[in-house]
Amino acid sequence: MRSRIARKFQALRKEGKKAFIPYIMAGDPDIKRTGELVKIFEDCGADIIELGVPFSDPLADGPTIQAAAQRALSGGTTLHTVLDFVSTLRKSTQIPIILMTYYNPVFKYGDGKFIEDASTAGVDGIIVPDLPPDEAEGLIKLSRKKPFDTIFLLAPTSTEERMRKVCHASRGFIYYVSITGITGTALSLDPSIGSHIEQIRNISDTPVSVGFGISTPEEAATVAGIADGVIVGSAIVRKSNGPDEELKHYLRSLRAAIA
Amino acid sequence: MPETLMPALQELEEAYAASKKDKAFLEELAMLQKTYIGRPTPLYFAKRLTAELGGAKIYLKREDLAHTGAHKINNAIGQALLAKKMGKKRLIAETGAGQHGVATATGAALTGLECEIYMGSDDVARQSLNVFRMKLLGAVVHEVTIGSKTLKDAINEGLRDWTTNVRTTHYVMGTVFGPHPFPAMVRDFQSVIGREARKQIQEAEGKLPEYLIACVGGGSNAMGLFHAFIHDGVKMVGVEAGGRGIAAGDHAARFAGGSIGVLQGTKSYLLQDDDGNVLGTHSVSAGLDYAAVGPEHAFLRDSGRVQYAYATDDEALAAFGQLSRTEGIIPALESSHALAEAVKLAPKLSKDEIIVVNLSGRGDKDVQHVARIKGVEL
Repeated sequence: MRSRIARKFQALRKEGKKAFIPYIMAGDPDIKRTGELVKIFEDCGADIIELGVPFSDPLADGPTIQAAAQRALSGGTTLHTVLDFVSTLRKSTQIPIILMTYYNPVFKYGDGKFIEDASTAGVDGIIVPDLPPDEAEGLIKLSRKKPFDTIFLLAPTSTEERMRKVCHASRGFIYYVSITGITGTALSLDPSIGSHIEQIRNISDTPVSVGFGISTPEEAATVAGIADGVIVGSAIVRKSNGPDEELKHYLRSLRAAIA
Repeated sequence: MPETLMPALQELEEAYAASKKDKAFLEELAMLQKTYIGRPTPLYFAKRLTAELGGAKIYLKREDLAHTGAHKINNAIGQALLAKKMGKKRLIAETGAGQHGVATATGAALTGLECEIYMGSDDVARQSLNVFRMKLLGAVVHEVTIGSKTLKDAINEGLRDWTTNVRTTHYVMGTVFGPHPFPAMVRDFQSVIGREARKQIQEAEGKLPEYLIACVGGGSNAMGLFHAFIHDGVKMVGVEAGGRGIAAGDHAARFAGGSIGVLQGTKSYLLQDDDGNVLGTHSVSAGLDYAAVGPEHAFLRDSGRVQYAYATDDEALAAFGQLSRTEGIIPALESSHALAEAVKLAPKLSKDEIIVVNLSGRGDKDVQHVARIKGVEL
C-alpha cells in the first residue's frame, strides 16, 4: 500500500503542482499549540506537515530549532507524546505527517516498536537527520512492511555513489539539503543544486523536496522551479509563536510562491 | 551523522589509511614526537606514594611531561599533520578541560593552519588559564552557552561548524569518540603511550605490570595506555567520574548509570532518560564531564577485558592532594581519578605487584579551580 505522502505527490504531479511542506517543532511551547498550528498550516495550503520531535542534542539544527526543542523538552514533550498527538490529530485530518527526529529517541523506543506505533498512530514517514541509510538497514526493512516512508537526505557534498545509496533507500521523497550547513542558515543556494537534482532524477523517480535555509517567497519560488517540494522550517518556527494573522499571511505568501 | 559529513568521513578514512603506509608521514610524526612533544615520556616509580599506601609498587606514566602538559598533544599533532596533507586550511575542535583545545591550537600553529575551538561556557569559567593559552597560540575560542554548557555541547557546535565548512576544515576530534574513523584513529595516535610503557616497565622490573589504571572521559588516554597490553594477561581498570554520587545529573559514570544509545555518530553507553534525551552530567574535572564514552571502551567492558570503576569528586581531590604532597607532582583533576583508584587498590595488593597509572596531564590548569573549591582566595 502506498503512503499518504506518495499519494499526495502523485496527485500534485497530475495537477502540475509542487508540494508545500512546513515544519514545526511538536510541543513548542506545548502540544495544544502544535494542534492549532497544524490546523493553520492546513488552512493555508500546506500539502504535507513535517513534525519535529524534540531532542536534547540536535546537531544538524541551527539556533532557532535548537531553542524550539529546548522549549518543547521543558514542556515535557517526548516521542511518546508526539505519537499520542498524531493519533488524536488523525480524527480531524488526513494530511500526510512526517516525523523529523534524531535517531536516539527512536533507538531508545526500539526500531520495531517505533515503526509499529508510529504507523498505527497515523504517521506517514520519518526523516532522521543524523542517520544515513548506511546505518539504517533495520529501520528501512521494518518500514517496508507498512505504508511508512523512510526519507533520507542528500547534500551538496554527496558523491554520486552516495546519491545512488540514498535514492535507493528513500521512499515518499528524497530530501535535498540546499546548503552545506545546518538548518536556519541564510540561504545561499549551492550553484550545484540544479545539476544535482538532475542527477538524482536520472537515478530515481522518487520526488525530490528541498529544505534548509528557505525563508522568503522568492526563495521558495526558485526552489519550486527545480524541485517537487519545498520545505520551510526555521522561518516558520520563528513566526509560530507570534500573532496568528502574521503567520497565516506568511504561509499564504509561501503557498502562492510554490506554484 | 548528517549526510553532509558522510563524504568527508570517507575521505578522512582513506587519507588516514594511506598515511599509515606513508613512510614520509610516519617519519615526520616520529621526529615530532621526539623533538617537539618530548617523547618518550618517562615511566616514574612513585616511591613515597608506594610507601605511604603500603602495597603494590606504583609507577606513573608521565604524560604530564609531554609538550602542552597532557597526552592530548599525541593525537592533535597526528591529526594536524594529516589535515595539512589532505589540503585542509582550518582546524576546529571541541575541548572540555581545555587540554585538547590547547593541543589543537599548538598543532595548528606548528603546521600553519587556522584554528577555532569550541568550549562550553561552564568549562571556560573553570579552565580560564587554558582559554588564554589557546588565544596566545593564535586560536579563536567560541564559548558555547546552550545545553549543559560543557563538553557535549562543545562537540555539537564543533560538528555544526564542520557541517558548514567541511570543504576547507578538518574536525580534530579529541577523544576516541564520534563517527568512524575517529575512535580508531585517535586510539592509534595515542597508542604510543602504551608501547613506551610496555618497554619501560620491562626494562625497570623485568616483567609486565599486574594492573594498568587510567581515567576515562571519552577515553583516549586509557585506550592509549591499554592498547599495547590488550593481548597480555594484565588487568586493566578504567576510572570514570563519580561526581557527587551515582544519581542522575550528579556524575559522569556511564557504565555505572548509563545504557546503550546513539550520540554524535557513536553507539555506546550513554547517560540518558527513558525518552532518549541526554542527561546532564557533573564532575569536578571538566575533561571527564561527558555523557557518553568511547565505543571501544563499551566493547572492552562488555567483553570483560577491562573493568570500569569510578571515583567521586572528593576521592579525586584527595588523590590530587596526596600526589602533590608525596611526590611533588601536581596531577590534572582528570588523572586524579585514576590515582584515586590506585589509592584504593594498592594497599590490597602485595609489595611485589605493580600498578602503572597513566598520569595523563599536569594539574597547573586546575590549581585555581581547586583553590576556589577549598575557599582559598588567590
